[in-house]
Amino acid sequence: MSQTLEQAQSATRYPRYADASLIRAKFTDTVEEIIEAASEITIVAKRERLVELMIWLRDEPAFRFDYLSDISGVDLGEFASPRFAIAYHLYSLVHNHRLRVKVFLEEDDARAPTMWNVWKASNWLEREVYDMFGVIFDDHPDLRRILMPADYDGYPLRKDFPIKGY
Amino acid sequence: MLRKPDPLSDTLMTVSLGPQHPSTHGVLRLELTLDGETVVKAIPDIGYLHTGIEKTMEKEKWQQVVTVTCRADYLNSMGNDLGYCLAVEKLMGVDVPERVQDLRVLFTELNRLSSHLVWFGTHAMDIGAMTAFFYAFTERERILDLYECATGARLHQSYFIIGGCRWDIPATFAPLCDEFLRGFPKFLDECKRLVTGNRIFQRRTQGVGVMKREDAVNWGLSGPTIRGSGVNWDIRKAEPYSGYDTYDFKVPVYDTCDVWARYLVRMDEMEESWKICVEALNRAKEPGEFIADHPKLKLPERDLMKKHIDVMIHHFLLASEGFTAPIGEVYQSIESARGELGFHVVSDGAERPYRVHMRAPSFVNLSALPAMVEGSLIADVVAVIGSIDIVLGDVDR
Amino acid sequence: MGLETKIGAVLPEVITTRLDSLVNWARKSALWPATFGLACCAIEMMAMTDPRNDVARFGAEVFRASPRQADVMIVAGRVSIKMAPVLRRIYDQMPEPKWVISMGVCASAGGVFNNYAIVQGVDKVVPVDIFVPGCPPRPEGLIWAIMKLQEKIERDKVFTEEKAA
Repeated sequence: MSQTLEQAQSATRYPRYADASLIRAKFTDTVEEIIEAASEITIVAKRERLVELMIWLRDEPAFRFDYLSDISGVDLGEFASPRFAIAYHLYSLVHNHRLRVKVFLEEDDARAPTMWNVWKASNWLEREVYDMFGVIFDDHPDLRRILMPADYDGYPLRKDFPIKGY
Repeated sequence: MLRKPDPLSDTLMTVSLGPQHPSTHGVLRLELTLDGETVVKAIPDIGYLHTGIEKTMEKEKWQQVVTVTCRADYLNSMGNDLGYCLAVEKLMGVDVPERVQDLRVLFTELNRLSSHLVWFGTHAMDIGAMTAFFYAFTERERILDLYECATGARLHQSYFIIGGCRWDIPATFAPLCDEFLRGFPKFLDECKRLVTGNRIFQRRTQGVGVMKREDAVNWGLSGPTIRGSGVNWDIRKAEPYSGYDTYDFKVPVYDTCDVWARYLVRMDEMEESWKICVEALNRAKEPGEFIADHPKLKLPERDLMKKHIDVMIHHFLLASEGFTAPIGEVYQSIESARGELGFHVVSDGAERPYRVHMRAPSFVNLSALPAMVEGSLIADVVAVIGSIDIVLGDVDR
Repeated sequence: MGLETKIGAVLPEVITTRLDSLVNWARKSALWPATFGLACCAIEMMAMTDPRNDVARFGAEVFRASPRQADVMIVAGRVSIKMAPVLRRIYDQMPEPKWVISMGVCASAGGVFNNYAIVQGVDKVVPVDIFVPGCPPRPEGLIWAIMKLQEKIERDKVFTEEKAA
């Protein structure tokens, strides 16, 4: 695995991605899969203990992911199971490396824990995912619609929502 | 500066600043709870310019998406296109030739200059220095002339496409650009003499809108906003893309963490961008290749197309159906004029993107506005909004 | 509209047409726009006021922040569904006589964005006098629109009564 990583890193030098094998060693039951593709490393994690994983990633000296770049939601299809994927893009200003942590959610259980206590940047990013997909973030300080009008019906970026709306 | 609320009064007034307001740089609505003139609470209410760009991008073909991305952050339109193109090129594993990288750097830095000029004009106008607006826009017109010469459009150029640029720069572009770049340092000096030394401007911006370094990182700030808080981070230096590591430029960082620091950062950035432009123009002014020689991206030569049926079929399919990208996802971020502009592109192997998420720098920077503004006066709110340099198209997409 | 019609009923037509020309000349030469810049077109609207494109020649460089003091509302940019009620409210707050210029294709017809979030044409919300195509229209294009609006105002009948056909 480290061979591919080195090859990938020498082909495209930047952005650099962190070596995820240490993460799996510490969180064996939370980390489901580690994917390496297109010179990027993605950890697929379970929703349970996700906040603990993120706090560890933020504070552990080898990783020091002190910067949350993005929280991006993806709808995998109206009849797909799991339906939603939430991708957390992390960046370390200290070590200059990145990581993607992905969580898959079922449609009837589209809840994820909030990252507000880990990175304040997650406030509006989570509100946008809620607004566009309907994923609820537990313990979010202010979970309401952000881009659509407050009384809007429907979640626009879902695949079954027509582009012209209703 | 922090003010203690008046102990005799206990009525708070809620005022809506915007969405139609000259100083909100677009349609931003701020619900301000005021105690006299002191802001007790500030809640931004956005979404008045939500355009459904991400949903529209799922409908367009891969190459057509550049027409939509440039309309998100409309002041940094070529930067948006660049971010998207780099993301898809990473997904497809395409390497662009060096000249293409130089062309892209040239236009992106010209874009950064024009965006900072709009910032300079509108920020100074908000604080009261109306003349700066006219200076900035007059110079900016010259940059728009350059765009028009090379790409045909003033504002939404859609010049960068996946694989390179749409066409080569014309012969008239290099002398025009050279003339503009020769006159720019003198103009920048004039701007500095007009505004930087102005004591009223300094009093209105120093100590206002403070965001300390650790908070800035935790709030996800980026770009000149975080470089004004002492964090030396510029994606062009930290994670170079499109050949930026071959250019010689500095990254200005100031650490007083206030509006004044962000102002100085952007003024210095204009000078550094100018240096990059001069170098890039030197490298790219001779005609050469403008697109990667990739079968999916470079349309075949017209003579070949007219003579050979297989080339014609290839050209037809590329131009009508478009190409397909491999299955996968990428995240590519660039340093736009506002901060970290990221593109999370997910592909399912079709001829259009499955999902494109734009990580908008203004969106995340604006979420930290309450932390910067609570406790100051209303007039300071206007100064802080200008210093974060938000563009509502970027915030709302 | 009360005083003008009463005057028009009393005075002979020669004087009312002269009065019309005078009033219309005054109205068209000092069209004060209300700031309604929404998106990219707003930048070209701001560029219209810069020294190169100088809309001050037409008397329209005084952008009033308060709609109560404005004559023309230049809807510059895409109108989202959240913004549409605000647009209508600002239009209602403007006193008569008022005009609307719909700048750019997004305001005129939805533009590039035929989706759930954008009102497909601002004339669904307010009555529009002049549509300007372009994405964004050049500042010269917007000045053309103001000139066309001036021609439209010239034809306005304020004191003279409309003759039944």
